Formats: sequence, C-alpha cells, structure tokens
Amino acid sequence: MSLDVDVDHVREHFRLTARFSSAPGLTALFGRSGSGKSTLVDIIGGLVRPTRGRVAIDGQVLVDTERGVFVPKHRRRVGYVFQDSRLFPHLSVRNNLLYGRWFARPDGGASSDLASVVKLLDIGPLLDRRPDSLSGGEKQRVAIGRALLAHPRLLLMDEPLASLDEARRAEVLPYIERLRDDAGVPVVYVSHSVAEVARLATTVVILTEGKVTAVGPVLDILPLADTGDAGGVLDATVARHDEAFQLTVLASDAGELQVPRLTAPVGAPVRAYIRARDVMISLRPPEEISALNVLAGRIASIAPSPNGAQADVRLDCNGATLMARVTAKSVQRLALAPGRPVFAVIKSVSFERS
Amino acid sequence: MTAEEWTAVRLSLLVATTATAASLPLGIAVAWLLARGRFWGKSLVDTLVHLPLIMPPVVTGYLLLLTFGRRTPIGAFLADELGIVFSFRWTGAALACAVMGFPLLVRAVRLSIEAVDARLEAAAGTLGANPLWVFATVTLPLSLPGVIAGAILCFAKAMGEFGATITFVSNIPGETQTLPSMIYTLTQIPGGDAGALRLTLISIALSMLALLGSELLARRIGARRTAVA
Repeated sequence: MSLDVDVDHVREHFRLTARFSSAPGLTALFGRSGSGKSTLVDIIGGLVRPTRGRVAIDGQVLVDTERGVFVPKHRRRVGYVFQDSRLFPHLSVRNNLLYGRWFARPDGGASSDLASVVKLLDIGPLLDRRPDSLSGGEKQRVAIGRALLAHPRLLLMDEPLASLDEARRAEVLPYIERLRDDAGVPVVYVSHSVAEVARLATTVVILTEGKVTAVGPVLDILPLADTGDAGGVLDATVARHDEAFQLTVLASDAGELQVPRLTAPVGAPVRAYIRARDVMISLRPPEEISALNVLAGRIASIAPSPNGAQADVRLDCNGATLMARVTAKSVQRLALAPGRPVFAVIKSVSFERS
Repeated sequence: MTAEEWTAVRLSLLVATTATAASLPLGIAVAWLLARGRFWGKSLVDTLVHLPLIMPPVVTGYLLLLTFGRRTPIGAFLADELGIVFSFRWTGAALACAVMGFPLLVRAVRLSIEAVDARLEAAAGTLGANPLWVFATVTLPLSLPGVIAGAILCFAKAMGEFGATITFVSNIPGETQTLPSMIYTLTQIPGGDAGALRLTLISIALSMLALLGSELLARRIGARRTAVA
C-alpha cells in the first residue's frame, strides 16, 4: 500500500500545504493542535475537499482537483476512527460493528470477519450492549472494530485516545499495536502526543503550522520534532529479566538498557522513548553512580534553545539516536561539540510504562 | 347516534388516515431537503410549504378548486389519464386535509432531523453508506420521535379541517361530509343541537386519543433510548 498526498487547503486564516507518501505500517501525523493534522486526515477521508491537489492510494486517485476528480467518502473504502467514537446510539454494539458490512465489497482491503475482529479487540462481552453504556476506552475499541469490518484499504485514526484518561489510554494502546501488527491495514494516525507516536509509529510526518517539516522513519525523525518533551526512540528486544531486582534488560543498537520489570517475554520487541531531560552527559564513563545505564556515543549536533539557556544535544550511539537536554553552562564547561565522544547516563527509574 | 353521524365519523377517520399516510413520505423528503439540503430556491420551498398554515383555509380550498377542479387542465388530466377525481369526492377532502396538515408535519420532522448529529452521518459515510442509506439507517431512525409527532399533528389537523375541505369538495353526506362539516350542518338546522353535541364529544375523544397515543409512543421510544444510557 502506498498513500500519496499532495494538497493545498486554504481556510480563512489558515493555509495547509502537505506533500508526503506513506509506507505500510502506521504513519503518524504529528504536530501541535492547530497544525492542520485533522484537516489533512479529513481530506484523505473525503470529509473535506481540498482547495487544490491530489490524493491517491496505490495509484488510484481519490482526489485530483486538476482533473476534477473527487471520490465521495462512501466509495473510498477509507476507514475512519474519530476522536469522539461516533457510535450509532440506536444500534447495539454488534450492529454498530456490522454496519459497514452492509455496504462493503469484500474484494481486497482487510479481510476481517466479526469473530476475528472481536478477538483482536476483546469486545466479545460488549456485543449485546448499547453504545451509551460503554466506557470511553470500550467505545474506541468498538469504533476501531466497526471501521475494520468495513474492509478499508486504509484506516484513519484522528487522536483516538485524546478524549480518554491515562488509564483508559493504557487500556486501548495495546489494541492499536495489535491492529498495526496483525490486521494488515495501513494506518494513518493523528496525534500530538510524543509518547503515543514513539510507541506506535513506523513512519512519522511532522506538521508545523500547516506545513510538513519532516517525513521519515520514527527513529530518525522523532528526535527532530520541535516539542517541549523532546527525546530519542530506541528499538530494542527483551534480553532477560532480573527477577531479584525487578528489572528487565533490553538489548538495543546503542547497548544494554536496564528498565523496570516489563511483562513482555524474552525476545519480544519493545520500543523505548527516552526523554531528553532524563539523559545526562559525561565525558568519562562514570563510576560509583546510582544510574544503571551508561551508553557510549558521539555528539552529532547541538541545538540551543530559543533563549539560549539550554541546548538539545543529539547523540549518535552506535547508529541509534539519543537526545540529551543540558544547560548552556554544561555545554561550555564540558566543551561539548559535534564529533566529541561522550557517555549518556540514564536512570532506570526514569522509564515509565506507556 | 344516527347512521348519518356514524358515517361522518368513519369518513373523517378515512380522510385523516389517507391524508396522513399520503403526506408522510413527501413530508419527510421535504423536511430532509430543508434540514440538510443546500440548493437554490430553498427559502421559496420553505415559504410554499408553510403557506397553508398562514393563509385563510378558505383561500387554500379555493386554490385547490382552481387547480384540481374537474374542468381545470390538471383535474381533467388526472381524471382522464389516471382515473383520479378530487372534486366533490372524499379523495378531495383527503387532499385538502393533506395540504393543510403538511406544514405541521414538515416542521416537526425538520426540527428532529436538524437535531440529529451530522457527525454520525459523516461516520456512516466513511463506512460505505451512500447518502440515501445514511438517511434510512441513521437519520430517519434517530429522528423517529419527530416523525411520529409530525404524523399525529397532521392527523389531528386532518380530523378538524373544515374551511379548505368545505370550499374544495363541499358538504355532501356520505362523500365529503366529515365530522366538522356535519357539526356545522347540525348547528344550522332546528333540533340538531343534540347531534352536534354528540359529535363534539366524539371529536374531543378522538383528539385526546391521538394525543395520548403520541405521548405513549414518544415515551416508549424515550424509554428505549434511556435504557441505552
């Protein structure tokens, strides 16, 4: 599957210019609120007609303003999971799930039947309930199932977790991971949460004030994102569990990481998002220090903050990217400069399960 | 009660039921257009629909006579080609009642369609439903209370319609003499007071039944919705 987007959209005081192609897996549209993410998915889904441009899936044109093509949303086979789940209040959960099947042509797209979707999302016990009696997290799981059962070629998710509290979010996240890995539908996922994007995304498209500022694999792109909560992403596997100290050891390109005990089995892939402000920089390997993780690397670049008091140091640790936020004073004191070999120090307790 | 009075009651029920049933599909369609449509001349359609509500009923009846009378082009065409005759028939009474009840029906349905969350309709669209299916499976079920209210208003209006009916199809016993026309006739003849009173009571009873019925239906739908919540 490939999604090609090249559109301009003008709306009163806002101008959206976006051009990107997405690969299979989960593509995150990432940016602050008001950056045009939702408008962009609305254009892909057919809810908004762009002022100018072209959208195509696998070469099949959905919108082409120059040739006057506009495929209406009900013929696009593009699923949409909304922030406010939008379940039909007059139908049971089962009939909500089956709604799209009345119209779906089962050729191509995700070939999912009710049983497998119910199993994927664990919504069996909810089937005979009414939408209004579900919790926020349950509603979103049903909404995801409903979109899947319409056999979409592409699934759009517009901040599906934004209206949920922390606990509900943690409840739904694993299902989105399963969806990404098992359902075989490419997903375009809108979010303004770095943690969500770090955990879920294969590819990231960063939007800033209506413009695409970066596109690429999450490991390379997320460290560049201009957020208050910058950080680096490491792909790792569970190497072993240290039961005595309730720790899990992860193996990554950058080296071994010790984190609080995970439930994932040995060998399972996990992704660690390391916030820049949790990383210290040392010129020599520190000794007699409480932090358990010390990774060797080299400074790739140093970006001062707008007011000059802090700097985000980008580290290349054996090919993996880490970010460290330090004061301008530390930069000067340690004479940090691109190319200099350093050690990144990360406390194990700074890791949180997301 | 006399046989004549019974005939008038039965005729009124037939006329009102026919008028409501005939205007319901068109009324829902027009309400949908007015609620969700964006087209040129929308306010003109809106005005036309509401005209019978504000015009004197006699004027509406006379306009119907001018349009559907046996000698008018439309009346002649309907009679010769389709075998439908309105003038001085009970069908004409039903037409007059349908026209008079139409604005009430459209108003109620339109308001309830406007209250349906358009975001649900958009969601149905992304699931593959074309606009007609979206209407049938989402908009209409969700606006059902308004449709029922509109239908009952239309029925009640039809049961009580007098001015337009008597102007268009006159007051022929057994054919166009509905309940109100019969009450009017009885008040015009000596010794008709008792009959007029009986029919008045029946009229009141029927109105109350209709109201009660609508209340019960609304409550049942409401209960189903709240059981959900």
